Amino acid sequence: MFSYVFSRMRVLILSLLFASFIIFLMIEIIPGDPASFMLGINAEPETIQALKKELGLDVSKFQRYLDWITGMLAGDFGVSYTYRVPVSELVLSRLGVSIPLALYAILLSTIIALPVGLFAAANHGGFRDWSVMGFTQLGIAIPNFWFAMVLVLIFSIYLKWFSAGGVPGWEKGILLNLKALTLPAFALALPQASILARVMRSAIIDTLSQDYFRTARASGLTYGQAIFRHAFRNALIPVLTIIGLQFSFLIAGAIIIENVFFLPGLGRLIFQGIVQRDLIVVESVVMLLVFAVVLVNFLVDMAYLVVDPRLRGNK
Amino acid sequence: MRFLINIFCAASVLFGTLNAVHAARNSVVVGMQLEPPNLDPTGGAAAAIDEVVYSNIFEGLTRFQADGSVSSGLAKSWSISGDGLVYTFELNDGVKFHDGSIFDASDVKFSLDRARAENSTNAQKGLFKGIEAVSVINPLVVEIKLSNPNGSFLRNLAWGDAIILDQETAGKAATAPVGTGPFKFSQWVKGDRVDLVRNEDYWGNSVALEKASFKFISDPTAAFAALMAGDVDAFPVYPAPETLAQFDADPNFNVIVGSTEGETILSTNNQAENLKDVRVRKAIAHAINRQEIVDGAMFGFGTPIGTHFAPHHPDYVDLTGQSNYDPDRSMALLAEAGHAGGLTLSLKLPPPSYARRGGEIIASQLRAVGIETKMENLEWSQWLEQVFKGKDYDLTIVSHTEPMDIGIYGNPKYYFQYDSQEFRDLMTQLNLETDANKRSSILKNAQKLISKDYVNGYLFQLAKTGVANAKLVGLWKNSPTQANDLTGVSWKE
Repeated sequence: MFSYVFSRMRVLILSLLFASFIIFLMIEIIPGDPASFMLGINAEPETIQALKKELGLDVSKFQRYLDWITGMLAGDFGVSYTYRVPVSELVLSRLGVSIPLALYAILLSTIIALPVGLFAAANHGGFRDWSVMGFTQLGIAIPNFWFAMVLVLIFSIYLKWFSAGGVPGWEKGILLNLKALTLPAFALALPQASILARVMRSAIIDTLSQDYFRTARASGLTYGQAIFRHAFRNALIPVLTIIGLQFSFLIAGAIIIENVFFLPGLGRLIFQGIVQRDLIVVESVVMLLVFAVVLVNFLVDMAYLVVDPRLRGNK
Repeated sequence: MRFLINIFCAASVLFGTLNAVHAARNSVVVGMQLEPPNLDPTGGAAAAIDEVVYSNIFEGLTRFQADGSVSSGLAKSWSISGDGLVYTFELNDGVKFHDGSIFDASDVKFSLDRARAENSTNAQKGLFKGIEAVSVINPLVVEIKLSNPNGSFLRNLAWGDAIILDQETAGKAATAPVGTGPFKFSQWVKGDRVDLVRNEDYWGNSVALEKASFKFISDPTAAFAALMAGDVDAFPVYPAPETLAQFDADPNFNVIVGSTEGETILSTNNQAENLKDVRVRKAIAHAINRQEIVDGAMFGFGTPIGTHFAPHHPDYVDLTGQSNYDPDRSMALLAEAGHAGGLTLSLKLPPPSYARRGGEIIASQLRAVGIETKMENLEWSQWLEQVFKGKDYDLTIVSHTEPMDIGIYGNPKYYFQYDSQEFRDLMTQLNLETDANKRSSILKNAQKLISKDYVNGYLFQLAKTGVANAKLVGLWKNSPTQANDLTGVSWKE
C-alpha cells in the first residue's frame, strides 16, 4: 500500500516540474509585450521602458523562470502586471466562484447520472434502456453554451426566476449565491451527466456477466439486490475515474459557461490574462490548474484504495 | 402532468421570493464589455479605466462636457498671457480628496510633474510635453509655463490622463483610487464589477445616485440577456448591435445612438513596396463602398468620412467625394500603376467587430477590382507588435478613438509611415496659432492634404450605440472622451 502511494506521489511531483517548464516556454514564445499593450498606441518609447522596469520585465527570461519557480515554492505567485495585485489574491477570489460551481455541477451530474445509469443497465436491452441511451446521446451532442443560452432565455428573460448571470458575492448569503449558480451548474452538468450515465450503465452491464454476479443470483438474491450489492460497487471504479477527470475539466474548462453567465471564475481570469498579456497571471494560474488536475488524479488513485480492497494489499 | 405543474408553481414561489424587490431607485448598474486592468488613468491606455473613473472618481483642472466642449473642473477660472505661454489657474476652494485631505495647488504641481517626469508611465505623456514649469503661487493659484504656445492645452488638461491625484495616495490609484469626484470608490470584485458610492462631501453639486456599479460582461449574448433580465440598467457601449432593433421596439428600453471620436480607417503602410505609389492608394480608396461597410459591419450605424476628422466637429470638411466608390476608375488606376495583372496585399485585423466584419467586406470589394488580400486575424498585443511597432503590414483596420488626433500624420515614424513636410509645416503653424479662425482654416487644409494624398482609406466615424432602461436619464449620448460620466444620471418616475 505504501509503495502504491509513493509511486503515485512521484508521478505527481515529476508532472509538476515538467509542466512548469513547458508552460513558461509556451507563454514566453507567444509574441506580445505586456508593457506596450498596457500603454497603447500613443505611448512614448521611453515610457514603455520605464514601465518594463517597474514590472520587472527588463531581466533575462531564464532569470524570470528561476524567480517564478522559487517564488512558487515559497508560496509567492508573483504580482499581476495589469491588476497590480498578487496573483494569489486574484486566484483565491476566483476560486470562490469556480470551486463551488464545479462542486455543484458534479453533484447535480452524479445525482442525475448514477440512478439513470443503473436504471438503464437494469433494463438492459429494453425500451427504457434504449430511451436513456437516446437522451444521453442528445445530452452529449448539445453544445453546453447553447443549452446555457436556452436556460437563460426561459428562466431569466421569460420567467424571470433567475438573474441572467453574475454572482452576488458570498457575503450576501449562501442561498442567493447557490441560486445564482444554479443555471450555470445545470448547463455544465448536462453533458457531464450524460457521459457519466453511459459509463455507469456499461460498467454495470460488464459486471452482469461476471461469475460473482451469477453466484450472487444463485445464492438467492433477487436481480435488483444482486445489482445493488455486487454490481454497483464494482462499477464504481470507472465511474470515480470519470468523475475525477470531470472535476478538473469543470474547474478549468468552464470558460465558455463563465462567459455566458458572466461569472468571475478562473476560466475568465486565464482568458483575460492571455488577451491582456498578463503573462505572470497566465503562467501561475495554468500551473495551479495543472497542480489541481494532478492532485485530483492522485486523490482518485487514493479513492481506489477505499473501493478496491485488492490495492490495499502489501504488494 | 399535474406533478410537473406543481413543481413549476412551487419553483416560481421559491425563486420569486428570493428575488430582491426594487426599492426607491437611487442606484444604477452600468454594463461594460471590457474590465479595466486597473483604475489609474495616469498609468495605462485602456479606455475601460476612464470609462469607470472619469469625472466619477477623478477630476482634472478642466473637463469634457457631454457635447465635447471643455469646461472648468477643479480650476474655477484661468487667464492666459498675451504670448500664450503662461496659464494661471485659480482653483476651487474647499475641495477635499475622498480620504479627507485638502486639495490645493501643490497637488496640481505634483500630478503634472509626475505625469511628465522621466520615469513616468503615463500613456499620453505627449500631452504634457510642452510644459516647462508648474509653480505654486499660493494654495489656490497655480501657474503653468509652456515652452511654445499650444492652442489645445486646455483640452489636453481635460483628458483622463491629466487628472489630479494626491501625493499620499497616488501610488495606490491602480487598486484603491482616491480622487476628488462626486463618487467614492467602494470595492472592486475582480472579473465582476466595480462599486462606487456617493461622495457626501463633494465640493460641487451633489449627484442624484447613491450607488453605482460597473458590471463587466464580455459576451455580447450575455449582455443582451443581462439587459433583458434587468441585471444591468444601461449598456452605454452595447456590443450586440444586431439586437438593437428589438430594444428599439421595446418601450422599457431606450436605444441611444451618438457619435464618438473614433475615425475608423483602412490604415495603409505608405512605405510598403506596392503602396508607396499614390495611384495604388487612390485605387484602393475608389474601390471601397463605405455605405456597404457601414450597413454590413455596423448594422447601419456610422457616418462615412473622407478624411481623418470627426464629422460633428465644426471644422470638419466632407471629402468623401474625393474617394467616391468607382471600381472602374480604381481598375484604371491599378493598370496605370502597372498592376493590371492583379496585386496581393496583407490585411491584418485586430479583434473589434468593426475590423473583423469590415475586413471581410473590404476584402471582397478589393477583389472586385483585382486586389487579392491575405487576411490575418490578430489579438491586440500581436497587432501592437507586428503592425504598430514592426510596421510589418500592408493594410489594417483600426478606429482611432483619441479626440482631435490628426497630428499623428505629422510623425513619419507613426505606423502609416506618411512622410510629408507640407503636413508637418501645417502642424507647426497650428500649434503656434491661437486665433480661432486661422486655426480652423489650418485644420481644414490638413484634412484636405491627407485626403488628397490618400494616406489611408477613410471609412466611417464609429457610432456609439447604447441601450438603457427607459426610466434612466442623463447618460452621455456622444463620446467626446471615453467616459461614463454619472454626474447627471438619475431615475425618473
